Amino acid sequence: MPLPLQKIKSRFVPLNIENIDTDQIIPARFLKATTREGFGKNLFRDWRYINDDENQPRSEFVLNQPVFSGEILVAGKNFGCGSSREHAAWSLLDYGFRVVVSSFFADIFRNNALNNGVLPVQVTEAFLEKIFAQGPETELLVDLENQSIRILNGEDTSGKEENTETFDINPYKKTCLLNGYDDIDYLLSLKPEIEIFEKQRGGN
Amino acid sequence: MDKQPGMQKTLFEKIWDKHVVKTIEDGPSVFYIDKHFIHEVTSPQAFAGLKKRGIPVFRPAQVVATADHNVPTLNQHLPIREEMSRKQVDALISNCAEQGIELYGLGHPFQGIVHVIGPELGITQPGMTIVCGDSHTSTHGAFGSIAFGIGTSEVEMVLATQCLLQSKPKLMRITVDGTLQKGVVSKDIVLYILSKISASGATGYAVEFAGSAIRSLSMEARMTICNMSIEMGGRCGLIAPDSTTFEYIKGRKFAPAGVIWDQKKTEWEQLFTDPDAIFDKEYHFIAEDIQPMITYGTNPGMGIGVNEFIPTQDQVHASDKSGLTKSLTYMGLKEGAPIKGQSIDYVFIGSCTNSRIEDLRMVASFVKGRKKAENVEVWVVPGSKQVEAQAIKEGIDKIFEAAGFQLRQPGCSACLGMNEDKIPAGKYCISTSNRNFEGRQGAGARTLLASPLTAAAAAITGKVSDIRELL
Repeated sequence: MPLPLQKIKSRFVPLNIENIDTDQIIPARFLKATTREGFGKNLFRDWRYINDDENQPRSEFVLNQPVFSGEILVAGKNFGCGSSREHAAWSLLDYGFRVVVSSFFADIFRNNALNNGVLPVQVTEAFLEKIFAQGPETELLVDLENQSIRILNGEDTSGKEENTETFDINPYKKTCLLNGYDDIDYLLSLKPEIEIFEKQRGGN
Repeated sequence: MDKQPGMQKTLFEKIWDKHVVKTIEDGPSVFYIDKHFIHEVTSPQAFAGLKKRGIPVFRPAQVVATADHNVPTLNQHLPIREEMSRKQVDALISNCAEQGIELYGLGHPFQGIVHVIGPELGITQPGMTIVCGDSHTSTHGAFGSIAFGIGTSEVEMVLATQCLLQSKPKLMRITVDGTLQKGVVSKDIVLYILSKISASGATGYAVEFAGSAIRSLSMEARMTICNMSIEMGGRCGLIAPDSTTFEYIKGRKFAPAGVIWDQKKTEWEQLFTDPDAIFDKEYHFIAEDIQPMITYGTNPGMGIGVNEFIPTQDQVHASDKSGLTKSLTYMGLKEGAPIKGQSIDYVFIGSCTNSRIEDLRMVASFVKGRKKAENVEVWVVPGSKQVEAQAIKEGIDKIFEAAGFQLRQPGCSACLGMNEDKIPAGKYCISTSNRNFEGRQGAGARTLLASPLTAAAAAITGKVSDIRELL
């Protein structure tokens, strides 16, 4: 069952790189587990450590810079391309991210994230640039019910539209995420209809 | 944009419409899956999920399993040495046994890479919907099926209900007309398309490949193209079935036979895009423009002809501008430099993209009587036990041995470096696989994607070479 998600107000971790593929999010050699837990320590493994040595972090990488923190990852466009490994979503969640903001997401990653209670928020290129231009203390407010993301940079932003953007999400998926429902329960409830469908088409 | 009955439909829509159980208002469709392939890496958590819910696999006869991602390619008769890998393969064995799923595991004559064995056993057929917890499931679209990769939660959904919730993607057609030059093969076509539309050019789309250059390809060559449709971001890639498709399927282990074959073939012959059907996006390319291709960067869209120069910041595709410097630093290559002549350390011929018998034959016919360069280590990893057996039967193993190539046992191997087959940090590998991402073939490994012929040329010369000058 995915964790429900309604609103997240948090600082963000900026990863201003495009085409971040799931091999970077979690390299294949860490896919050998048979459970869903514990992948967070290997999130962005090869960008985090020199020679795979946990005692030798790459100090320039954002996850190794204590100034950056929060439950929101902000990344360049085409995030999550490549392999279908759901381990990518598991590792982001296990590390503590509940939201990923980008200007474009790969299809399979988007589904995997939603199925695990991680919200992909697709914003315009301009808005993404605006977020990247913020300092590390700036918080973002992601409101799933209203499908909006707001930059809270200390100014009085209540009336400032340029600091807010709305995002799209499939209404069905939105309901699931707000409540922590999962697709399997829904599909299981349709089994009688699926069986009728099978009979009517007479197999393949 | 739902179409009314009687309207002109695309190939994708004809198959899609027949598999929608119901559509949720303002939501996705409940989409029925005919065949579900599973493997050891992305299935254990799905089986655990079912167990936790206390439900069985709904249609075990529609699921086929193999072990491929995490298996050794040497000494497969021995127990797997690495404990985690062994446990994962053992979990697949016990899950399949408990749920009554057919498993072509290590030691089975049908074992191999999931996207090689499905077609070769005749399990993959036109008009089907096919999924697997692997993004290269798009391969099966070469038969005129809707085939795509899914995550593990979705594997669990399909195991539980044989259905998925899917939103209909947009539709794209990529037409390639004309005749390929000598030395240019289907891998070059797909790397060329990628270099033109980028690694995200088809995200959100189902992609149909059409045109005379596609029609003239063998089934195995078509699979190479559909295989890499995911590298453009495509939800799936597909090609309308034709006589080439039917001839390939006929007589295979699980292909329909007798009266059923005739019925099926008649159905399959209806699977084409109607002349006036509309796509959301179309691209046209000319086969004669395509050179033997090679990648220089760290996504599969970063490709050039072997005689071309690595692009500069001004020349690179807009989608790769910000990443060019990072990519080239990782690759140890320079803007504006030639790629031809670049020294190579490893050659990997394998993966679900290019490990079929035609690929091995293509390599062998060029390599026969030649020897690999001193500086290069060459691994040939067949896609399946059947490919391996056929290669041995044809004496291809002897040709490779004489050339100094190492013929290994079937599996995904150095395509993703999950097993021991890793390229060392900083080393250059010319690879027939599908991804040149940072660290894909091993931490720090530098991958140059190319066709089996271009890889074979590099194996002989020890550097990136133009196969056309050697044929």
